[in-house]
Amino acid sequence: MSNAVQEVNRHTIAVLVDNESGVLARVIGLFSGRGYNIESLTVAEVDPREKLSRITIVTSGTAMIIEQIKNQLRRLVPVHKVQDLTTQGPHVSRELALVKVSAGGEKRVESLRIADIFRARAIDSTNESFVFEVVGATDKVDAFIKLMEPLGLTDVSRTGVVAIARGPNPI
Amino acid sequence: MAHHETLTGAEILLKALVDQGVEVIFGYPGGAVLPIYDELFKQNRLRHVLVRHEQAAVHAAEGYARSTGKVGCVLVTSGPGATNAVTGLADALCDSVPLVCLTGQVPTHLIGNDAFQEADITGITRPCTKHNYLVKDTNDLARTVHEAFHVARSGRPGPVLIDLPKDVVQNKGEYVAPAKVKSKYKPQVKGDMKGIEKAVEMIAHAKRPIFYVGGGVINSGPAACQLLTQFVRMTGFPCTLTLMGLGAFPGSDPLFLGMLGMHGTVEANMAMHDCDLMINIGARFDDRVTGKLDGFAPKSKKIHVDIDPSSINKNVAVDLAIVGDCAHVLEDMIKAWKAKQARVDDKALKAWWAQIDRWRSSNCLAFEGSNKLIKPQYAIQRIYEMTKHRNPYICTEVGQHQMWAAQHLKFDLPHHWMTSGGLGTMGYGLPSAMGVQMAHPEALVIDIAGESSIQMNIQELATLVQHRLPVKVVILNNQYMGMVRQWQELIHGGRYSESHMIHHPDFVKLAEAFGAVGLRAESPSEVDGVINEMLAVDRPVVVEMRTDASENVFPMIMPGMAHNEMVLGPEDRSRDNPGSETDGMVLV
Repeated sequence: MSNAVQEVNRHTIAVLVDNESGVLARVIGLFSGRGYNIESLTVAEVDPREKLSRITIVTSGTAMIIEQIKNQLRRLVPVHKVQDLTTQGPHVSRELALVKVSAGGEKRVESLRIADIFRARAIDSTNESFVFEVVGATDKVDAFIKLMEPLGLTDVSRTGVVAIARGPNPI
Repeated sequence: MAHHETLTGAEILLKALVDQGVEVIFGYPGGAVLPIYDELFKQNRLRHVLVRHEQAAVHAAEGYARSTGKVGCVLVTSGPGATNAVTGLADALCDSVPLVCLTGQVPTHLIGNDAFQEADITGITRPCTKHNYLVKDTNDLARTVHEAFHVARSGRPGPVLIDLPKDVVQNKGEYVAPAKVKSKYKPQVKGDMKGIEKAVEMIAHAKRPIFYVGGGVINSGPAACQLLTQFVRMTGFPCTLTLMGLGAFPGSDPLFLGMLGMHGTVEANMAMHDCDLMINIGARFDDRVTGKLDGFAPKSKKIHVDIDPSSINKNVAVDLAIVGDCAHVLEDMIKAWKAKQARVDDKALKAWWAQIDRWRSSNCLAFEGSNKLIKPQYAIQRIYEMTKHRNPYICTEVGQHQMWAAQHLKFDLPHHWMTSGGLGTMGYGLPSAMGVQMAHPEALVIDIAGESSIQMNIQELATLVQHRLPVKVVILNNQYMGMVRQWQELIHGGRYSESHMIHHPDFVKLAEAFGAVGLRAESPSEVDGVINEMLAVDRPVVVEMRTDASENVFPMIMPGMAHNEMVLGPEDRSRDNPGSETDGMVLV
């Protein structure tokens, strides 16, 4: 097989599902049972009236595997729509992270300075710590966390990626 | 239907089953389902077959479903009742058999408390059902049952489980008629017309074509099988069937090349390997069919028709995919073929058939006869010859006997062959035959078994006797788990690790102990006699045939090999086979 076919790419997939018990287990079980990767998964109800939740999954695989993932997802009875944001056109994606940094002196000042550059907000503060809230694409969040490491990084909580297609059309 | 009719959950359940056309339930009672059994006791529209083990209830429902095309129905209790059913559900999922399995559950207020006979059965069966439900409110019960039947039978069929907490079937609620339930589950059944027209064009240009057809056509229904047969005959192309597809195309038709795959015929596998166009209808490129993927039909373009999009491009990348129900797609394909006045390439096809006939002349299913030992193939051929006029329903267990049955029996009709293909479940055949016999009380139903497989669900002989189901069980007793022994002989240096059951029961006495008839044949001269005797009895019969213990199933594609690398049986070496160097076998 050619290299193009074997090439592993990262895809962001949006899945609209019935918000019923067990639906997340079905999706996650599908990934673990069939040996697919999950790099990130987020889920929340998006339509309370229709009881629909939206799952955003970041996964990676060859073109054939990605096609399989989408088709396997579509096969689940509570799944309504599956959209491959990576291939269907331009999309925007964001991730939010809460980053706890504990330090004094110059490091403390430096962490504030970097937070400013990244437009991260300090949302909690003590004499020896900050919690920063940073929002952006995954690599921006990665970069921020990396810069915080030598400055007293102690804890990180990330939402995982949420994403949506550009333009007027819904999923 | 009266509005606002309030019934107990158990009443709603049975009403819903009747409205869904259920006639028979295969089940086993227990604490959590007692209210349902109490309700069953009070009515006579639904028959209940009391099995001896819950796994058998599911296989019986599978046999019922596969021989009728209807949805099979199972009722078992919570905890161990439900977990015992899991193997059957996994089997039904692999082979796309429509079932609805009702499991009891502890009352809702006890769920999650590790209560007596509690198991998280929706959790356990999530990966081995098409879908499952836990009903928490009696008012949701009717809708859930109707939707479960819809899901089980629509699209690619499969097993659906409904978990029923005891209080939900005891409480009162409202019944909802099936017509009022709108399901959002709507699989695509019509194929894309552009794809179908493209397929017609590819078919018209093919020089070395083959139809590779699977169980999807049988699941699509008798109309699909007729359309397939019509289209194959219109083209004059060769046709091979998978294990699950046997009966979709007449086994006696000269265009049929036999089953393909690991134990398929030389002509089917070689034609698959050398074809320039493969037309896959309702088959899934299973690894037992494809062999080594790198060496799978390397010179071919591939068309794949399947109702399940996830079957497409899963194992094998295809050139043209058509998602849809086989009957719809075949109907449109025939229309498009006629509209275009398409013609096949007669000259190329003639040369292709000449090549296929050369492969056919290897007569790869031939075996060396014996006057002393019953050859298993001989036993199966005799069963076939002596029963074919009655169009018997054949079930099998799993192993060598299953492959010999697939090779040597010819099925001219769909829905007459029930075997565990995908999961390969030993112990499938006897309970499956029970279900078939329930659906077809007047028909001849035969379970071809091995002595090892039959012991996995042999307790069901009691069910046969209780329900007066005259199933005929033919045990080909070769003293070994034959297929395990064969692999150990061919792949593991003849080290027969734990494949020899040194002790077997006396099957004749065992049959009698259960209240069935026991018969035995020990030499080839006795075979016809016991078959006649078996057919003459209108009761469950167990026939033990002591067969040659050393016989292996050939041809065989060894694991990891390609279609053109079949191993043939030792007797083929003695005939005119070129390149026969390896001892006892020939690499084609």
